[in-house]
Amino acid sequence: MNNLWLVIRREYITRIRRRSFILATLLTPIGLALFVVIANAVFSYGNDDVQRIAVIDDGDLFAGALPDENGLYFHFVDQPLDSLRNDAGEDRDYAGILVVPKVKNPRSRNFRVQLFSDETLSIDAQSRIRNRIEDAVREYKIEALDIDERTLASLETDVSLSVRSLTTTEEGESDDRSMASMLGAGIGTVMGFLMYISVFVYGMMVMRSVMEEKTNRIVEVVISSVRPFTLLLGKIIGVGALGLTQVLTWMIMIPGMLFLVGLFFGLDAEPSQMPNSPDMDPAEMQSMIERTIDGLNDLNWWIIIPCFILYFLGGYFMYAALFAAVGSAMGDDMGESQTLTIPITIPVILAFYIMMAAIQNPNSSLAVWSSLFPLFAPIVMPARLAFDPPLWQVLVSLVLVFLFAGLMVWMASRIYRIGILNYGKKSTLKDMGKWITAKY
Amino acid sequence: MIRTNAPVIEVQDVTKSYGEKVAVDSVSFAMPPDAILGLLGPNGAGKTSLIRMITTITAPDSGSIFFQGQPLNGYHPTQIGYLPEERGLYKQMYVGEQLLYLAQLKGMNARAAESRARDWLGKFDLQDHWKKKVEELSKGMQQQVQFIATVLHEPKLLILDEPFSGLDPVNANRMRAEILRMHANGTAVIFSTHRMEQVEELCEYIVLIDRGRNILQGKVHDIRRQFNEHRYRLTYTGELPAALGERYQLLNQTFSGVDIQLGPDVSSNELLRDLLRMDVQIQGFQELLPSLNEIFIKRVSKVSSTGQPATISR
Repeated sequence: MNNLWLVIRREYITRIRRRSFILATLLTPIGLALFVVIANAVFSYGNDDVQRIAVIDDGDLFAGALPDENGLYFHFVDQPLDSLRNDAGEDRDYAGILVVPKVKNPRSRNFRVQLFSDETLSIDAQSRIRNRIEDAVREYKIEALDIDERTLASLETDVSLSVRSLTTTEEGESDDRSMASMLGAGIGTVMGFLMYISVFVYGMMVMRSVMEEKTNRIVEVVISSVRPFTLLLGKIIGVGALGLTQVLTWMIMIPGMLFLVGLFFGLDAEPSQMPNSPDMDPAEMQSMIERTIDGLNDLNWWIIIPCFILYFLGGYFMYAALFAAVGSAMGDDMGESQTLTIPITIPVILAFYIMMAAIQNPNSSLAVWSSLFPLFAPIVMPARLAFDPPLWQVLVSLVLVFLFAGLMVWMASRIYRIGILNYGKKSTLKDMGKWITAKY
Repeated sequence: MIRTNAPVIEVQDVTKSYGEKVAVDSVSFAMPPDAILGLLGPNGAGKTSLIRMITTITAPDSGSIFFQGQPLNGYHPTQIGYLPEERGLYKQMYVGEQLLYLAQLKGMNARAAESRARDWLGKFDLQDHWKKKVEELSKGMQQQVQFIATVLHEPKLLILDEPFSGLDPVNANRMRAEILRMHANGTAVIFSTHRMEQVEELCEYIVLIDRGRNILQGKVHDIRRQFNEHRYRLTYTGELPAALGERYQLLNQTFSGVDIQLGPDVSSNELLRDLLRMDVQIQGFQELLPSLNEIFIKRVSKVSSTGQPATISR
């Protein structure tokens, strides 16, 4: 027990002070914040090129009012086109000349407007000009055809499909499941993804740790004092603690950095700033937020969070043990031995894809069966948790995951104790199979 | 209770195989307390397999091993210090931290380990390197650090596999002196090497292993005597009388000396009497015992002549 603690501590301390680890831990949130700043800057990058557009409005469509916006300045002129074109040749007062004819037939669905320009107007500018004209024509037509605008608006109907759970109808209003399932998908994706990344990153770290000791030959000294099983377990726990430290740091730092970035750069994700985003009316926003909060409250956090942690532990132990076994079987030539990791990476990647499918159909038989299959369950089941899977499935899957993780750790320790002393050539999967049952 | 007169290590009929290959084949020997024992044998003879069983890294397929009279158990590794032939330390760890870690794994408490580690580093003039990473040290220094890690917990039994390889003569001597000092204080030493002159110089006992079998064991002195070929080296001045050559078989004659081969029933005194009678001007007369190197090569190749040739590396 004492030795286990010593091994855990060594694994943790020597790794956490490595420059590469500190940089990765600190730079990831900073990099993310930087990315947000840059992405925001790129999106909100307006046209700093001021372009003046001369507008010949024959039909008085705009009634002399066309507000300037974002580098585009409109100027109404009375001159005929020809004289303007000649002027433009000399002093280039205007970047373009927009000729808006009269609307002859309000019932026509086509309206042709000409824009004369020697410069290339940006696509953005072109579409903004087109939108302006469309709006103006619409106004004009409403008036010309004598349509009541409210009548017109009432033609459009927002249909909201409210999905209610059969079992909880008695509870009344707050059981709108549609928001919950959307949130569930979001949370499920985040959890599945987190599992996927941590299995790979920290599993690989355990594998490198095993290989380092083996190629260094220090392992022979260490296992003359510590049982190989203790050493292996210590490594897995030590690296796991390190991973937890990193993830927790990120969980604190990333929102913190984003908050700071928001504070300094005044980035508020106001939807109206985004081009083409539908204007959202504040009341609708309000109800959206309320429904989100309701949905979040609806989720069974008391089950989701502990289960997630349990799956995280089970999945990590399972895969870290496998990676450790492979690391111990590798020869001194790392590159040649990488093929041994393929049998481990395949189930992880498969599980990831199944998880994506499970979010779409959380109760499909694929989702159910793969969340009971121990190699996939740690990634698939967390994604299903937000969709209220039957309790028995969660329990059975958890029990299977832990039994399997225990089995993997045991098996890995059998391979490990022989693998680490087997210098030189790389071992095959067949060798590793033999080692499991081999005597000490 | 530890019976101090029990053999520090007793190996009884130990066999160990890896798959088809028998690495150690019914080896038995007992190592007297406080001895220095040379474990000899060509490459691949099974020395490392045997050492791994003594250090409890692996377990024998059959047979048993006793440490100070008790069957080997989980406590005994803390009484053993093992310096494997394949050297290695954690490159990213600091020297001091590494010594503390390894000593604590051997059951020492951190404070005692630290003061002792500082003492030991001082002995090898490494006291300024406490806070240095191992990868910053020279190879020789790393080896000294590893030696310190091996002895820090004051083991009852030291197992050293080629301890001097790669060390310069000054540091090799320093390490040798420390080994002998520890031995004088009651530490038993198993010394695995191919360097016969070191064995002759340091070891009282040897065990010679070839292809998994224990083919020779005992006190170095007794073994050399056992392989005595009744040769004597005579140094002299003047001429050798021709009669000597008629009575005895002369080998390697030079202008000032000759090796004389005696028959099994002729004593050295008889030879001396003859020499005096022939009025040879004797300057020196000594028995020529075979060197361990000769015995090693002879025994290993003799055994091997029945099968594949053994590889002998020096």
